[in-house]
Amino acid sequence: MYQALACVTDNKKIAENIHLIEFEAPSIANVIAPGQFLNLRVNDNLFPLLRRPFSICDVNNDRISVMFNVMGEGTKILSQKKLNDYVDILGPLGNGFNLTFNEKKTVIISGGLGAAPFPYLTKELLNRDKEIITIVGGRSSQDIIKHGLTNLFITTEDGSEGLKGNVIDCLKDINNLLFETQYRVFTCGPNGMIKAIKKYFADNKIVVEASVESAMACGFGICQGCPIEHVQSEDTYKLICKDGPVFNLNDIII
Amino acid sequence: MSSVDLSVKLPNLTLKNPILLASGTVGYGQEIAEFTDLNKIGGVVTKSLSLKPRKGNAPQRIVETPTGMLNAIGLANVGVEEYLKSKVGFFKNYDTALICNVAASSPEEYLECVRLLDSEERIDGFEINVSCPNVKDGGLEFGNNPALVSKITNLTRGATSKFLAIKLSPNVARISEFARIAKEEGADAVSAINTLVGTAFDIYSRRPKIKNVTGGLSGPAIRPVALAKVLEIRKNADIPIIGIGGISVWQDVIEFMIAGASAVQLGTINFVNPGSAINFLDNLTEYCLTQKINSLSELTGSFTL
Repeated sequence: MYQALACVTDNKKIAENIHLIEFEAPSIANVIAPGQFLNLRVNDNLFPLLRRPFSICDVNNDRISVMFNVMGEGTKILSQKKLNDYVDILGPLGNGFNLTFNEKKTVIISGGLGAAPFPYLTKELLNRDKEIITIVGGRSSQDIIKHGLTNLFITTEDGSEGLKGNVIDCLKDINNLLFETQYRVFTCGPNGMIKAIKKYFADNKIVVEASVESAMACGFGICQGCPIEHVQSEDTYKLICKDGPVFNLNDIII
Repeated sequence: MSSVDLSVKLPNLTLKNPILLASGTVGYGQEIAEFTDLNKIGGVVTKSLSLKPRKGNAPQRIVETPTGMLNAIGLANVGVEEYLKSKVGFFKNYDTALICNVAASSPEEYLECVRLLDSEERIDGFEINVSCPNVKDGGLEFGNNPALVSKITNLTRGATSKFLAIKLSPNVARISEFARIAKEEGADAVSAINTLVGTAFDIYSRRPKIKNVTGGLSGPAIRPVALAKVLEIRKNADIPIIGIGGISVWQDVIEFMIAGASAVQLGTINFVNPGSAINFLDNLTEYCLTQKINSLSELTGSFTL
């Protein structure tokens, strides 16, 4: 883990209300893995007080980027950062996706801003000669994020883009592409979607790795603010920041 | 350049400097050691330890508020036995005061916790948490009851000759009454303050933002309240004070000492900047040099009203 004062090298809007900000942070860029996260302090003031956690979106040499939407004061300030501004970053934090597995095929299922960790994962999976099918879901076409993703199957609840329905409908729809092959699933998105995916894969042996989120203060295990129920530890909670944010979906109770 | 004496002498405990890291904001010390050099810090106060492990409250446990945060962790901890077995050993490599914070649901349980921990040589002292706002059994019930604070202080004092501080709640009418009781029953210091009870609602769901409904407010938002409580204790009770409450910049440390604190604890700021304590120390030395102060302790209670 490092605490780095990182220089902003790019900050742009890539879709309606979706921003991508890039920093020069070699110490972090050199060691961070897909699915890990960063905790950003957006200014030196005491408002907002806490850092904001973001999935690592992508890494390019010494540069790291995060994807976000403007939700509150912290992300608003972040969206206004200019080139050569500095941001205080803690990272890499947490545990990323498991990248050593035998399955040749992979399915990435992303809901809304759940796309954030997948450009980097996509890159690393392709480096390992994995095949990728990416399902991107949202309420409408405005929520569909395609940045850095590959081999897309799109679904929207209102039918404004792709298949009308949700990611489960889309999974069923493309089942012929996956039928009788072993594959591995990576997902990130709203809790409702993750729950539906857990249910969908409950009866088979497909490994699903989910990146989950929570409010948190520190990001490295001291505030205990981000508990999650885990099947291996009935008497204690696991912490999303330290034990996650990526979990085997079978292991967590959400 | 360090001709300034930053050390603090408390009954039964000498600190190399007045900066301690507050309970509940540093876990058991291990995680924050990645970001800061614990050897340079006056001391560390552990997460509250209870006799048996506690799972803590269900999520959501925290929410940010203007310049503050509410938390209702619910004393999640590994329990005294596991602490002694797997956690305390980490500190054997560090030269810093180790204070165990203890929470319990009965006076007898406090006694038992302190008795068990007291035999571990590495532990330098205790902070008795009679003021956790986030648990149903015990917690604030104790901190609001003079007779119980008296009994808990008396029992724990009997179980240890090490440094003993009672961590007081600000959620009372007269905090100095409780400080006086702690002094009468033999405590070496009081820690003031624990968090203030607060809440926050989501205006769309109309539900509380934290599952426990109320939580403890911490951070810069509570600093003026904490300072006033320290001042009240200083003026009305003759017991050393460890000042806590929203310390976020080095100047806050000075302010707490002027108001009466012998030492201070950094809490919420550890989440924001885990290296804060060390950054502050250089500034404290510099302040003393420019103000021609030989010993930082001279500041304690040096206010002019």
